[in-house]
Amino acid sequence: MARRASWQEYQKEIAADKYYYARSCIRQNFFPGSEKAFLDILSNDLGVDIFDDPLHTSCTGIGYHSDVVPLETIMTVVARQFALMAEAGYENFISSCITSFGIYNEVLSTWEEFPETEERTRRYLKEATGRELVKPRSIAHTSDIMFYHREAIARKAKRRLVNVHTGEPLKVVEHIGCHYAKIFPKSGIGGSEFPYVLAGMIEAWGGDVVDYPERRHCCGFGFRNYLVQANRGSSIANSHKKLESMAPYKPDFIVANCPGCTMFLDKWQYAIAEMDGTTYGANGKGIPVLTYEEMAGLVLGYDPWELGMQFHQVDVEPLLDKLGVEYNPEAKYLGVGGKYIGKPADAAVNCAEQRRLYEIRR
Amino acid sequence: MRNINFGYGISRPRVINMDNNDLRKSNAIIAEMPELQACIGCGSCTASCTAGNLTDFNFRKLHTSVRRGEYKGAYEELSKCMLCGKCRLVCPRGINTRGLVMLIKRKLGDF
Amino acid sequence: MAYRVVIVGGGAAGMQTALELKSRGIEPIIVERDIELGGKARGWHKLFPSFTPAGDIMQPIAQRVKDEHIRCFYGQEVIGIASDGVTLRSEERIPADAVVVATGFTLFDAHRKQEYGYGLYDNVITSVDLERMMNGGRVTLTDGSEPKRIAILHCVGSRDEKVGQKHCSKVCCITGVKQAIELKQMFPTADVFNFYMDIRMFGPGYEELYREAQEKYNVHFVRGRISEAAETINKRIQIKAEDTLTGRPLRMTVDMLVLLVGMSANYDNPTLAASAGLPLAPNGYFKANDSFLGVVRSQQEGIFFAGTVTAPKSLADTLAEASLTASAVDQYLKNKYNAK
Repeated sequence: MARRASWQEYQKEIAADKYYYARSCIRQNFFPGSEKAFLDILSNDLGVDIFDDPLHTSCTGIGYHSDVVPLETIMTVVARQFALMAEAGYENFISSCITSFGIYNEVLSTWEEFPETEERTRRYLKEATGRELVKPRSIAHTSDIMFYHREAIARKAKRRLVNVHTGEPLKVVEHIGCHYAKIFPKSGIGGSEFPYVLAGMIEAWGGDVVDYPERRHCCGFGFRNYLVQANRGSSIANSHKKLESMAPYKPDFIVANCPGCTMFLDKWQYAIAEMDGTTYGANGKGIPVLTYEEMAGLVLGYDPWELGMQFHQVDVEPLLDKLGVEYNPEAKYLGVGGKYIGKPADAAVNCAEQRRLYEIRR
Repeated sequence: MRNINFGYGISRPRVINMDNNDLRKSNAIIAEMPELQACIGCGSCTASCTAGNLTDFNFRKLHTSVRRGEYKGAYEELSKCMLCGKCRLVCPRGINTRGLVMLIKRKLGDF
Repeated sequence: MAYRVVIVGGGAAGMQTALELKSRGIEPIIVERDIELGGKARGWHKLFPSFTPAGDIMQPIAQRVKDEHIRCFYGQEVIGIASDGVTLRSEERIPADAVVVATGFTLFDAHRKQEYGYGLYDNVITSVDLERMMNGGRVTLTDGSEPKRIAILHCVGSRDEKVGQKHCSKVCCITGVKQAIELKQMFPTADVFNFYMDIRMFGPGYEELYREAQEKYNVHFVRGRISEAAETINKRIQIKAEDTLTGRPLRMTVDMLVLLVGMSANYDNPTLAASAGLPLAPNGYFKANDSFLGVVRSQQEGIFFAGTVTAPKSLADTLAEASLTASAVDQYLKNKYNAK
């Protein structure tokens, strides 16, 4: 992918500092460590101003895409988030979720194209909450922000995305959420065909980006397609297609910037393994799936369990070993204060077999 | 691998996968009737088809699928043809469509 | 003294117009941006539908231009046109009694259709690249081996609003048929698939050639646009399309993907048109005075068109139009100066 310079044709303005942070519903539940890591990396490692506002809510995007939240409602919810941002004294809105990022862009653009919808939303917001809509100066996804600061992170790196045993760069599959740039190609770094937002991080931190045939394909998340059990066959089939396509490249890990993609590329590996016995990792187990915050966190020397990597379906230990990350295997399922948080049953995609401290204790 | 009932499976793609399809039978059909490749997909055969007006038999689609190496069910489907020969009269490319019905059945057998 | 006509552009249209004017006793001057004459047809291998080597047509024309001692300016860009002459980038002005705009077209830049990976993946080439390879006498994959399965995609940069190309480029369909046959002649055991939206065989002998490609050469025609191309681990190209005649998605891996690039209006058409107060058609080409009797006339007296500057055309149509242009210029000059 090094030959590709076309991403430079797609540039958007990304604010350098003073961010208003909007969280993701899925990530708070499935990757809570990633959102915390994002805040820690920005505030502590990079020293930029980022505001995590307890007042903001879900963008209701999942409900909207599943036909249970009407357009007027989601526009008003979005308007409220923007109003909260302005009240907090910020104007750079950053979203942790790709679905939300798509929603924010779509709503702003709808207001632009159909000014009467903006007027109506202002009225609803005022009536419902007494707040005033102030549109953000910039909108970015949090992966854009990490991309923007990738060189600064590289300068502070404790390690690079390199196999410490072989000295070879790690082979990384990057997966971009559909609503990052497929709705508005210009809203994404690198456009929709060859997004560079994650590839840029991987390259800056020493890894090799894998360009495999189904790289651009959707993970199959699709809202209705996983919410309704009868439809999940088509959801998993899409991840299946991607995994089949990437496996010959023997990737060391997958990194995604979308909450749903990260979840499904990880968890569908479990389901596929249990359904037809197929695993995709070179070691006969699963391929670890990381968030970009986890990738950045490992590069910066964060503890994997602090990053919440024990929440993954596919064990990350083989990757940690390749990276030379020192970690305490016994602490994997110990939460705050050493409290045992429970552990998943063994599965075909997993590989950690050692007896753990908590198992001895029990 | 355990027997877990997920309530769903991995849906099979309905894509025509030309990397997996075996084109030998298709090539044999085309070799015997090269003018079949001259089909321009006009649909006259299907429009005039006695059987196609009563069932979902679609001759244009069927022989196109066969040419792509999709043979499954073709023989059985072709049994719907009443061999009236109207399709051959209307074909603007002069393809012996009636003969083609028999040719495909003969080459494929009950695939 | 002979009337003097400046012809902007020394491609097929410009050269042929110059020769026709000269034979009518008018003095043509060709202003060419490049350092030599010939335009886009230079370096083309063979011409549809007869497989005539392009050089057999173009070289005699260029030779006649030389033999007739037609004045040519090379490496000179025209930035302004008027009925009484043209202005060069060097600010030099060449006065004339009439001007012929024969600046042709710009090849659609296949990089702009990013989903096909041109310039990124080995063995994704354009129709122009293929002509150059054939001219060089050898068509191979980048590793030097022979392709066993080839896909040819029609309408790259044509009929595609995503890249601002609403028009049909007219010549790509027949070029695709011609190149498919040439590839089958070179590689008889290879499978060649043409992916098309509509097959537009508008010229004499074209439909016959299409049928020959289908029936004699067993070229597979699939009605459906390739939606994306990606490189596989062994450097082949995976493509996706819909086989619209069966109503199902279709995918396959090929060794070579040929993109039939269309014709774009020149990027400097707006400034050139504005300099003369001439309108452009919505697709960016110069707008002819009318579609029937005024196809080589502009809406300004004394400014004429020849060739693909007004719309995509085949080389045959371009050469035929050049005679028409010369006749229209001749008539204009006669009317203008006889009236004095």
